[in-house]
Amino acid sequence: MPALRVPTPLRAYTNGQSEVTVNGSNISDALGDLTTQYPALKPHLFNEGGELRPFVNLFVGENNIKDLQGVNTPIKDGEKIMLIPSIAGGGNVA
Amino acid sequence: MLPELSRDEILRYSRHLLIPEVGLEGQRKLKNSSALIIGTGGLGSPVALYLAAAGIGRIGLVDYDTVDSSNLQRQVIHGTSTVGKLKVESARVKLLDLNPNIQVDVYNEPYTSENALRIAKDYDIILDGTDNFPTRYLTNDVAVFLGKPNVYASIYRFDGQVSVFYAKEGPCYRCLFPEPPPPGLVPSCAEGGVLGVLPGTIGTIQATEALKVLLGIGEPMIGRLLLYNALDMSFDFVKLKKNPNCRVCGPNADIKELIDYEEFCGVPSHDHEEGSAGASWDITATELAERVKTNHLKLVDVREPHELEISRLPDATNIPLGQLAARLSELDSAEEMVLFCKSGARSTRALELLTSAGFKKVKNLKGGINAWAREVDKSLPIY
Repeated sequence: MPALRVPTPLRAYTNGQSEVTVNGSNISDALGDLTTQYPALKPHLFNEGGELRPFVNLFVGENNIKDLQGVNTPIKDGEKIMLIPSIAGGGNVA
Repeated sequence: MLPELSRDEILRYSRHLLIPEVGLEGQRKLKNSSALIIGTGGLGSPVALYLAAAGIGRIGLVDYDTVDSSNLQRQVIHGTSTVGKLKVESARVKLLDLNPNIQVDVYNEPYTSENALRIAKDYDIILDGTDNFPTRYLTNDVAVFLGKPNVYASIYRFDGQVSVFYAKEGPCYRCLFPEPPPPGLVPSCAEGGVLGVLPGTIGTIQATEALKVLLGIGEPMIGRLLLYNALDMSFDFVKLKKNPNCRVCGPNADIKELIDYEEFCGVPSHDHEEGSAGASWDITATELAERVKTNHLKLVDVREPHELEISRLPDATNIPLGQLAARLSELDSAEEMVLFCKSGARSTRALELLTSAGFKKVKNLKGGINAWAREVDKSLPIY
C-alpha cells in the first residue's frame, strides 16, 4: 500500500504519526482513506466545498500532482506520497 | 573588472583558492558580489556568518528586532553580551570580527512594501530567512520584480525546506504556494518550537546555494525543493515547475507591483507582541487575577501537555488546541471561561473556534501564561 508522509505541523492530527499507510489507487482515494483514519486532518487539507486547499501540495515521488493528473493521479503500491506544508519559520521570533 | 585580492585576502581565502571551482577568479567574484539577508535570526545567523567568512564583498542585513536571551538557543551570530542590542548591530560586529575585509550594511527596519525594492535593488542575491508568511511573499515578489535569485529556506520544529526561487530560470515561491494558509493553521516557531541546530543545518545549505549561484558553479536548486527532517535524518527532493497561472511570474501575471502582504496573508508580519483576540475578547492577567478572587471562572489551557511541565495555573483544564474541536463536549457553553496558552496566539484561535461553535462567555488571556508570570505570579518561569 502507498505510504503518505505527514509533515511535522500536521502530525498533531495524526497522533504523531510521521507516515501513514493509505489505501487507494489514486490520490483522491488515498486522501479519503487518510481523513477517515484521521478526521481532524480534513479541515487542514480540504476547504468547505471539499476541494483540496490551494496551499496543500502533494507530491507522488518527485512530482507535484498539479503537474500530473491532480487528485486523479494514480498511485502504486509502495509509492511515497508527500504532503508538503507551507512553513514560515526562520527561528527569528523572540 | 573584478577586484584584486590583497595579500591578506589571498592567505585568508587560501582553502577556497585551492578548489578549482572557486580559485582566484571565483574568490574575486565573491568579493565583487553582494547578498541581502532578510532576517538575522535562526537562519540569518549561519547564512550571514558563512557568507561573511566566504568573502562576499557586501552583505546587507534587514531586521528590526533586538536580541533576546530566548534567541540564543539557535541564533548563534548573537551572544549573551548583545542581549538587548539591535540584532543588525550585534550581527555586524560579529561579521566584521570574522572578516574585516567585507562591507556590512544594516537596515534596522521592518522589511515592507515601502522600502523593500529600494533596499534590495543593489544586491545580487536575496536570502529569505524570515519568520512569517507576509515577509516571505514580499521577499518573493521583490526578487521576481527585480529579477534576482531568492534563496529560500524555512524551518519548523525538526523540518526544513530549501530551494532557489529564480523566476528567470524556474519557479518562484508563489508557483509552489500561490496563497498562504489561513491565519493560525500553521503555528510559528515561537508557538511550535524549533530544534536549535535545525536553522544551522538548513541555513548552511542556504548559504551553500547562494555561493553556488554567485560563483556560477554546480547545480543550484532552481526547480528543486529540499525537504529535510532531523528526526528521520531524511533528505527528500521534489521537482518544482513554473506554474503557468502564477500571479507574479506567469505569462498572465496580474500582480505587477508590491501589495499589502499583511492583508494578503491575514496576519501581521511585524507584530511579535502578545497574542490578542481584540479588546472585547481579551482579559489581561491582572484583570483575571482580580476576577478569580470573586467569581468562578473555568480556565482552559490550550497548550500541549509537555508545556505544563514548564508552568501551569492551578485548576486549569488542559485541552490542546489540536484536540479542542473534537473535545467541545467537555466544555459547558453556559459557563464563563478563560482560554490561555503560552503567549496568546493559540488561545486566540481556540476562542475563534469556540465562538464559531456558539460559545459566548469566553475570553482570551492576553499574553498568555507568560503575561500571568510577568504580572501576577512572578514565581512562574517565562518561556
